[in-house]
Amino acid sequence: MRKTKQNLFRWPLIRIAIIESFTKLNPRYQIRNPVMFVVEVGSTLTTALLVYSFFVPIGESTSFTLQVCLWLWFTLIFANFAESMAEGRGKAQAETLRSSRKDIQAKKLTTSSRDSKITYIASSKLKVGDYVLVEAGDTIPSDGEVIEGIASVNESAVTGESAPVIRESGGDRSAVTGGTMVISDWLVIVITANPGETFMDKMISMVEGAKRQKTPNEIALNTLLSGLTLVFLLATVTIVPFSIFSAKVSAQGTPVTITIVTALLVCLIPTTIGGLLSAIGIAGMDRMIQANVIAMSGKAVEAAGDVDVLLLDKTGTITFGNRQATEFIPALGMDVKTLADAAQISSLADETPEGRSIVVLAKETYGIRERDIRAIGAKFVPFSANTRMSGVDFQDGRQIRKGAADAVDEYVQKQGGTFPNGIKKAVESIAREGGTPLVVAEGKRVLGAIRLKDVVKGGIKERFAQLRRMGIKTVMITGDNQLTAAAVAADAGVDDFLAQATPEAKLKLIRQYQAGGKLVAMTGDGTNDAPALAQADVAVAMNTGTQAAKEAGNMVDLDSNPTKLIEIVEIGKQLLMTRGTLTTFSVANDIAKYFAILPAAFLSIYPELSVLNIMHLSTPQNAILSAVIFNALIIIALIPLALKGIKYRPLGADILLRNNLLIYGLGGLITPFIGIKLIDTLIGEFLL
Amino acid sequence: MIRTSITILIVFTIITGLIYPLAITGIVQLLFPFQANGSIIVKNGQAVGSALIGQPFSEPKYFWGRPSATTPYPYNASLSSGSNLRKNIKVADIPVDLMTASGSGLDPHISPAAAKYQVQRVAKSIGIDESKVYALVDTYTQQRQLGVLGEPVVNVLKLNLALIEEEKNRIKK
Amino acid sequence: MTVNGLLQIAIFLTVVGLLAKPLGNYIALVYDAKISGLSRLERLIYRICGVHAEEEMSWRTYASAVIVFSVAGFAVVFLLQLFQGFLPLNPQGFKGVSFDSSFNTAVSFVTNTNWQGYGGEATMSYLTQMMGLCVQNFLSAATGMAIMVALIRGFTRRNSKTIGNFWLDITHTILYILLPLSILLAIALVSQGVIQNFNAYRSVPLMQPLTYNDSSITQQVLPGGPAASQVAIKQLGTNGGGFFNTNSAHPYENPTPLSNFLELLAIILIPASLCYTFGSMVGDKRQGRTLLAAMLIIFIPLLMFCYYSEMQDIGSAGNMEGKEARFGVVNSALWATATAATSNGSVDSMHDSFTPLGGLVPLLLIQLGEVVFGGVGSGIYGILAFAIVTVFVSGLMIGRTPEYLGKKIEAFEMQMATLVILIPCSVVLVGTAIAVATDSGTAGVANPGAHGFSEILYAFSSTANNNGSAFGGLSVNTPFYNTILGVSMLIGRFGVIIPILMMAGALADKKHVPVSSGTLPTHGLLFILFLTSMIIIVGGLTFFPALTLGPIAEHLKSIK
Repeated sequence: MRKTKQNLFRWPLIRIAIIESFTKLNPRYQIRNPVMFVVEVGSTLTTALLVYSFFVPIGESTSFTLQVCLWLWFTLIFANFAESMAEGRGKAQAETLRSSRKDIQAKKLTTSSRDSKITYIASSKLKVGDYVLVEAGDTIPSDGEVIEGIASVNESAVTGESAPVIRESGGDRSAVTGGTMVISDWLVIVITANPGETFMDKMISMVEGAKRQKTPNEIALNTLLSGLTLVFLLATVTIVPFSIFSAKVSAQGTPVTITIVTALLVCLIPTTIGGLLSAIGIAGMDRMIQANVIAMSGKAVEAAGDVDVLLLDKTGTITFGNRQATEFIPALGMDVKTLADAAQISSLADETPEGRSIVVLAKETYGIRERDIRAIGAKFVPFSANTRMSGVDFQDGRQIRKGAADAVDEYVQKQGGTFPNGIKKAVESIAREGGTPLVVAEGKRVLGAIRLKDVVKGGIKERFAQLRRMGIKTVMITGDNQLTAAAVAADAGVDDFLAQATPEAKLKLIRQYQAGGKLVAMTGDGTNDAPALAQADVAVAMNTGTQAAKEAGNMVDLDSNPTKLIEIVEIGKQLLMTRGTLTTFSVANDIAKYFAILPAAFLSIYPELSVLNIMHLSTPQNAILSAVIFNALIIIALIPLALKGIKYRPLGADILLRNNLLIYGLGGLITPFIGIKLIDTLIGEFLL
Repeated sequence: MIRTSITILIVFTIITGLIYPLAITGIVQLLFPFQANGSIIVKNGQAVGSALIGQPFSEPKYFWGRPSATTPYPYNASLSSGSNLRKNIKVADIPVDLMTASGSGLDPHISPAAAKYQVQRVAKSIGIDESKVYALVDTYTQQRQLGVLGEPVVNVLKLNLALIEEEKNRIKK
Repeated sequence: MTVNGLLQIAIFLTVVGLLAKPLGNYIALVYDAKISGLSRLERLIYRICGVHAEEEMSWRTYASAVIVFSVAGFAVVFLLQLFQGFLPLNPQGFKGVSFDSSFNTAVSFVTNTNWQGYGGEATMSYLTQMMGLCVQNFLSAATGMAIMVALIRGFTRRNSKTIGNFWLDITHTILYILLPLSILLAIALVSQGVIQNFNAYRSVPLMQPLTYNDSSITQQVLPGGPAASQVAIKQLGTNGGGFFNTNSAHPYENPTPLSNFLELLAIILIPASLCYTFGSMVGDKRQGRTLLAAMLIIFIPLLMFCYYSEMQDIGSAGNMEGKEARFGVVNSALWATATAATSNGSVDSMHDSFTPLGGLVPLLLIQLGEVVFGGVGSGIYGILAFAIVTVFVSGLMIGRTPEYLGKKIEAFEMQMATLVILIPCSVVLVGTAIAVATDSGTAGVANPGAHGFSEILYAFSSTANNNGSAFGGLSVNTPFYNTILGVSMLIGRFGVIIPILMMAGALADKKHVPVSSGTLPTHGLLFILFLTSMIIIVGGLTFFPALTLGPIAEHLKSIK
């Protein structure tokens, strides 16, 4: 599953979709969608009427019946096409996945020991609890947990990422996925999924949409659409007795024909949204997949749009994950440049991100170039748990050390120096402001302090402000102490934070928010995140995380990017909005259709009703036909919108509603007037 | 629940169906006996009609009220009945209320315009001065209630009763 | 339209505006059980009836209580009519009412519809009027308000299995709201000339005897009866069933412009006040004002349109057909609009005789589902169903599972709200279709052409939405209409009440979602406009074809 932008309308997809548009006409398939089922019944009815009209005149021209009939079928086919288009891409992806799930011979072990007896068994026969040996070049036969060994694994089949990842027993990197390949070394794994329930199986069924269940909002919307369909069914069917009675009392004209009633019915019921509803849902899931997120259910995608609280891990999401040097503070009487120079020298061989950041800061602020440590005749003294310092020893006996304040204090005192009060204060103030202080000393002289700080990612503050406008609260989760956490939280602009977070504290926090009626989203990777993930409403597990985490979550982020959560929320909202706006559009369309069809339908009974033909459509038959054609074509016209989704902008609820009402409500009111008139003109041109 | 339903129903039937109407009757028979009993106009100890219920007039010497849709004959007060279809009226110079049936079929009023429209005929028919009849119409014109509510009207029965008085007085003289 | 006419409308709306807020807040206090001035009487009632005041009901129990109570009420009204010939307080010696008419009338009064297939002064004994009809005027209104309160509790309660106690709710409604207001209004009405006595009908001589069928009619029979006490509650409880056949057009029921003003005020006062009650009870007054604003946005233009249409007839007085001289066109149009909007259904003029477009206004207002003010209680729970649908659609439009008043609107609420909106609409359409397609249905049509169609359509709209007013030209006192309209009233009432109570139960059981900046505000202009559009679009789209064949065709024909 490569993360490449795919064109929505590639020919192979279209070809398959066209074929499926027809196979989906099966009534057993259509009955799941009440709106379109009514269209199918109506189309069948007019077809029957058409056949009948070949033998018995039915009071209207056969060509009219034929045209209405054809366009009704087109309405249905267009809706099927939309759905097939949405499914198409998922199917293609599923195909790729399936190819990596071929049945292979697994090396089953009798016990958990690598040295136990190996029997060869088909991977599809593996059960939970079986032990399997995988060696370099083997495909991992099923999902499992590493219990022995360490190996590099190519997981591109799942993640699309070709760089191999390390899998080892214990810790957070112990989960392996069936279908991925061991590149070097070996692993003993215990199988954690029964055949057909593996991660790959789930993924395939998710992207295929086979297991797609209707989401709660979809069910609610379906209720509304079914209700509207029923109302319009009654409103149109009753026209038959109404018009018979009216023709009798007005002593002229003919009652409305079945063809016209069916045409009116199909035009009025919300076919636009009804036809595109499942396409919108599938496309929403698909957008998740595009973002390299596998949602375990459509419900989770939808819930993502409703999230009120985001729990974000500080490290990796909000900050770069490493502390960075931001300031040199010289001791009294020391030159800051001397300090920077010494700090850089002591860090040259320090490959930790903190060490690198000191080198960079010295270079950027004081123009001190990096040097080769050997060239200046110095020897690197690495950090040890014993000294809690690192540094360099020069050949001339000079020693530079950097480390935690108390360690350096001890170091200089041992050499008869003193720890200056100024630096002591500086150290305290750095800690108070949420930073980490390091002190640099040369021999018995303390040169000064270095401020290391969590650096907040660029643009994250604005992102959180956006979320706030969307009504979403951000909460930073960190293992840091209260002071540090507060400082970072202020920098990042989160609404709240949880310091010294333990898994229990996280779980408690989620429950607290939920008890207050909020929906909580979080990301997690470790096994100890599992309870919190299981509790959260939207739980995104990192693909690099443990099996337990992945099972507890309802989404898996293949990129393992904690910032993804924000994107997920937007996709969820987009999904809901697309449904809502198209519903409004669909219903608003009805007004114009009434004005097109009703005067035409009743014209013979009450010729005065021609006043209602405000679009000045050419003939009654053309008027009805234009409305039906418009109704069918609008589905096609809206497929791109349904598949791509309404653009989501983080605005306040009322502004968003106002904008969407103007575009899709008012637009939905006006568009069909223009469209129907246009089609009527075109029909007139071609027929004349 | 069934027992509670029935007892509650009985209790409220007594309160709202017996005590309430009886109490109201008691109060208003004390406070407004004339209105409560039907606003009966009494002349010389004889009830001559209700101030609120119109009577049918068709003789030229009387002011006519509005057409009535009661059945089987107009102004049948034992079964009020309204008109059920608007007529397309073509003549503009006759006051519209004289050509349209009222809602109750018992409307005691006509508009002042409708009364004045009939003055000439009435005056001629009983042989008194038109100005006197006009004056009578003015006297019996009720203005809008509280100055704004409703429309100005003339009570036809009262006007006709006054007309008879007027005629009697004239004969006496 | 005249300056005085517009002034009368302005005065009326101003007075409603001034009184609605204090009354609404008072009603909220009543339901929050903060009014206990008559608590000894209340306690006595509970003791007699075995009601435990602290007992709470689940939605099932509440609904069962509503139904059992309505059935019992139905039985009383039904039996009183059948056997009134043998019962006292029947000075005219009226015989028992026919079986089908008794059924229809009993259903009509129990469902707060007060559709009248009969002529009161020629059919009902005083006993039937006061102990049957008048009582149901109180009880059906109290039931509607109780159900509204139960639904409001659904919004305000959290994780609760119960929605209140029906017996307490109706007792509070009657003792502290309906009865005091009725007493005041009844006395005021008598001062204007509404009758209130137990006299037998009296004969007075006709000044000018008339000849009918070759016999001379010399007497006029003036009816009597305890009218004022019944008229008062008929207006306050949005019942509308007249003491006399022509309802509030009858001079004994509505004698002066002032009595007209008071009755009109009584029609709309409680439904308007309940918006404030709602706002106060859910703890956000803006929510109540929003509903009121949405109602007014529909009400005022339609009122003006009705008044305008009625004035577009020949002569400066406008269309006076079927209208009383003392009220004039403006008060007739105002009444027609108000009575249709509120599901009251009483009339002070004959809607059937309106111009086609003037008559379209009450018809349309009824078809909108009786949510523009609506019946006491039922108007609020009806418009809340629309609000829920509106919230749902607008929630989707901003990408969020919708919530209303802190409760998430999910599939179940949508199902119930849809049913509430759907059921009356369906009954109107299906009923009208049956009537126009059958001989018994078309037999009642006296008037020609499109107007006859409007009459049938109006009858079903009125009954299915529990309004009760009529286009009188249709003869409905037949077994066919008595039965089908009775059924239509039953479905229109209980087909709505039960989903509402189910929804109340489901809502009460939910937790509360706090407001955030992502929450769609359900107050303010935008929401008001969306809510009104939703009401108009649903009603309009459903009935556009039928209205086209009725009043619209009639109008277009008449201007040709």
